[in-house]
Amino acid sequence: MDFLNALVALTNFVMIPAVAYGSQLALGALGVTLIYIILRFSNFAHGDTMGFGTMMTILVTWLFQDWGIGFGPLPTALLALPFGILATMALVLVTDRAVYRFYREQRAKPVVFVMVSLGVMFMMNGLVRFIIGPGDQRFTDGERFIIKARAFKKMTGLSEGLAIKTTQGITVVTAIIVVAILFWFLNKTRTGKSMRAYSDNEDLALLSGINPERVVMYTWLIVATLATIAGVLYGLDKSFKPFTYFQLLLPIFASAIVGGLGSPQGAIAGGFIIAFSEVTITYAWKKVLGYLMPEGLQPDSLVQVLSTDYKFAVSFAILIIVLLFKPTGLFKGKSV
Amino acid sequence: MKKLMMATAALALTAGTAYAGGHGKEVKLGILLGYTGPIESLTPAMAAAAEMAMEEVTKSGKLLDSATVTPVRADTGCIDNGLAVANGEKLIAEGVNGIIGGDCSGVTGAILQNVAIPNGMVMVSPSATSPGLTTMEDNGLFFRTSPSDAREGEVMAMVLQERGVKEIALTYTNNDYGKGLADAIQTSFEKVGGKISIVAAHEDGKGDYSAEVASLASAGGDILVVAGYLDQGGLGIIQSSLDSGAFDTFGLPGGMIGDSLPKNVGSDLDGSYGQIAGSDSKGAEIFAAQAKELGFDGTSAYASESYDAAALIMLAMQAANSTDPAAYGAKIMDVANAPGEVINPGDLGKALELIKAGKDVDYQGATGVELIGPGESAGSYREIEVKDGMNTTVRFR
Repeated sequence: MDFLNALVALTNFVMIPAVAYGSQLALGALGVTLIYIILRFSNFAHGDTMGFGTMMTILVTWLFQDWGIGFGPLPTALLALPFGILATMALVLVTDRAVYRFYREQRAKPVVFVMVSLGVMFMMNGLVRFIIGPGDQRFTDGERFIIKARAFKKMTGLSEGLAIKTTQGITVVTAIIVVAILFWFLNKTRTGKSMRAYSDNEDLALLSGINPERVVMYTWLIVATLATIAGVLYGLDKSFKPFTYFQLLLPIFASAIVGGLGSPQGAIAGGFIIAFSEVTITYAWKKVLGYLMPEGLQPDSLVQVLSTDYKFAVSFAILIIVLLFKPTGLFKGKSV
Repeated sequence: MKKLMMATAALALTAGTAYAGGHGKEVKLGILLGYTGPIESLTPAMAAAAEMAMEEVTKSGKLLDSATVTPVRADTGCIDNGLAVANGEKLIAEGVNGIIGGDCSGVTGAILQNVAIPNGMVMVSPSATSPGLTTMEDNGLFFRTSPSDAREGEVMAMVLQERGVKEIALTYTNNDYGKGLADAIQTSFEKVGGKISIVAAHEDGKGDYSAEVASLASAGGDILVVAGYLDQGGLGIIQSSLDSGAFDTFGLPGGMIGDSLPKNVGSDLDGSYGQIAGSDSKGAEIFAAQAKELGFDGTSAYASESYDAAALIMLAMQAANSTDPAAYGAKIMDVANAPGEVINPGDLGKALELIKAGKDVDYQGATGVELIGPGESAGSYREIEVKDGMNTTVRFR
C-alpha cells in the first residue's frame, strides 16, 4: 500500500507534469531543429510563432464558442486548431518572402540570419500583443479532467491522489500522432526525401533537380504546423500569455541543443530531458521516501537536492555539460 | 489695609491665572512632512488633515484649559536626511510640543535618531511603514498610525491560527515584496506555534509551475499560502496545485485579493481565505465628509493617518495634563486603545471632556486606530473568504 502511495505521488507530481511539459517542448524543439537543418539558422522567432498560432486559434475558438459550436468533452480549441495553423502558415510564408528570402539570395552568413530572426521575433511579439493584449487568456473548455485526484482516492482507497488533466492527455496523444506523421513524411514521401537531401547537401540537391524554394516553402509550412500545435497544447495546459511564449524560447532551444540541433529524434529526447530535469532535480522527496522508508526512518527534512529557484540553472547546466562532452548533442546533430 | 492688600493680591493672582488659562496657553505642533520630493503630491492633504484636527481641538476650547493649537510646517524632502534633520532642529528651536512626522521611512529614522531622541521629543509618523522602525530604539518617543509591513504577517498568522491551521507550505513571488512578506508570515506563524513545511520562491511570468508545486506538495501542510500576485505566478501556482490535487485551500495575502482570482480559478477556490489592508470604521466616512467640507481629499493616502496622529498627541496631552513630551508620550497608548468610549473624527471635543472627567477613551479616529507593540498601528485588515466564487468579507481585524 505504501509502495503504491509512493508510486502514485511520484506519478502525480513528477511523471505526468513532466511528460506533458516534455511533449510540448519536444514539439517546439522539432520546429527549431527543422529550420536549423534545412534553412541553416537558429530561428529565434519560434517562440513567438507559437504565440501567434495560439492567438489565432484562441480567436477562432472564441468565434466558435459564440456560435455555440463545441467539441463535446474535448476543448473547442482543437476544432479551431486547423484555422490557427492556416493563419500561421500564411504569416511565416509572408515573413519568408519579405525577409528571409532576401538574405537567402545574398547567401548571408547564419549569424546574420539569427539576428534577422531576432528582429522578426520582436515584430511578431509586438503583433500578438497588439492584437490580443499582453494579459492572460484562458480558452480551455470541455471536461477538465480525465481523472480527478479526489475521485482517484475514493476509487482506490489510497491516501495519494492522481490527477490527469484532459489537456495533459490530449498533449501526449497529439504529440505522438504528430511525431509519427512527421517521421513518416520525412522518411517515406518524395517531398520529405527531397527535404532531407537538401539538408544533407544543398548543391547536390540542386543538381538532382530539387527546387530549393519549394523545399523552403514546405519546411515553413511544417514548422508553422508544429509551432501552432505546440503553442496551443501549451496554452490549453497552462494559459496563454504573450510574454510566457517569448520566454519559452529558452527551454525549447535548450531541448533542441541537448538532443542535437538538426536531429528530430534528438529534439524529442531533449524536450523530455529538459522537462524531467526541471521537475525531478528540484523535487522534494520527503513524501515519497516517507512512504517507502520503514517506520522511524522517515526523513524530517525535505530531501530536496536543489531549491526550485534553481530549476532553470539545472536545465542549462545539463546543456553546458552535454555541449562540453558531446558538442553535437546526444543524437549527433550538427555542431552548433 | 493689610487685609485689603492681601485680598487684592489674591484677587489679582486668581485673575492672573484665569487670564493665563483663558488666552495665554499655546500648544505648538510641528508637521514635518515631505512637501517637496517623491510624495509631494500626498503631503498637502496629510498636512491639511493634521491641521483639521488641531483646528477642531482649538475650537472646542477643551484642551488643557482652552489652549490654542498652532501648526508649524517643515519639510523633510522625503528622502533628504540632511534637510529633514535640519528642519527637525528648527522645529525644536521654535518650541514645538510634539511632531507629526516624518513621512518616508528613511528620513523618519534619521529625525528620530538625531532630533527626537536627543531632545526628548515625541514623534508620531502617519506614513512610515518600514519594519525596521519597529525595532529601532526610541525611548518610548516614536509612534506611528500606519501599520508596519511586518504587520500583515502577524494578521495572517492570527487568521491561520484561529482557523486551526497547524502547518503551512509557503511560496512567494521572487521580489522584495514577496520575500519580505514571506519572512513576516514565517516569523509570525512560527511565533504562535505554527509550522512551516517549506518556503519556496516562484518566478512571475512563467507558464509551468509543476516543479514548484511538486516540491510544495511533497513538503505538505494544511494549506498553501501564496504571497504573490493574483494575475501573475500566484495564479499559476494555485491553478497547478488544484489540478494536481496538491492543495485544496489557499492562504491569500493582500497581493492575491481581487475579483479576477475567483473568476479565473473558478469554484475550486471556494473556502480559501486571506486578508487585505482596509478598514470599515465609521470614522473613515466621517473624516472623508469633513475633509470634503474643508476642500481637501480625505481619501488621499495617509491623510486619515495624519489626522489621527495629530489627534493622538493632543488627547495624550490632555490625559497627562501636560504638554511636556516626557509626560504625555506615555499616555498615547492609553488614549489610542480600549477600554473606553469610542471616539470618531469630529468627536475630539467630547473626548477631551471625557478625559478631563477622568474617563477612559478609545480613540478610533479615521483609521480605526489600535496601537500595538512599540507604538505602531495594529493596522486594520479585512479578512476575506472566497464563497461561491466571490471574495466575501468575514470581518475586520
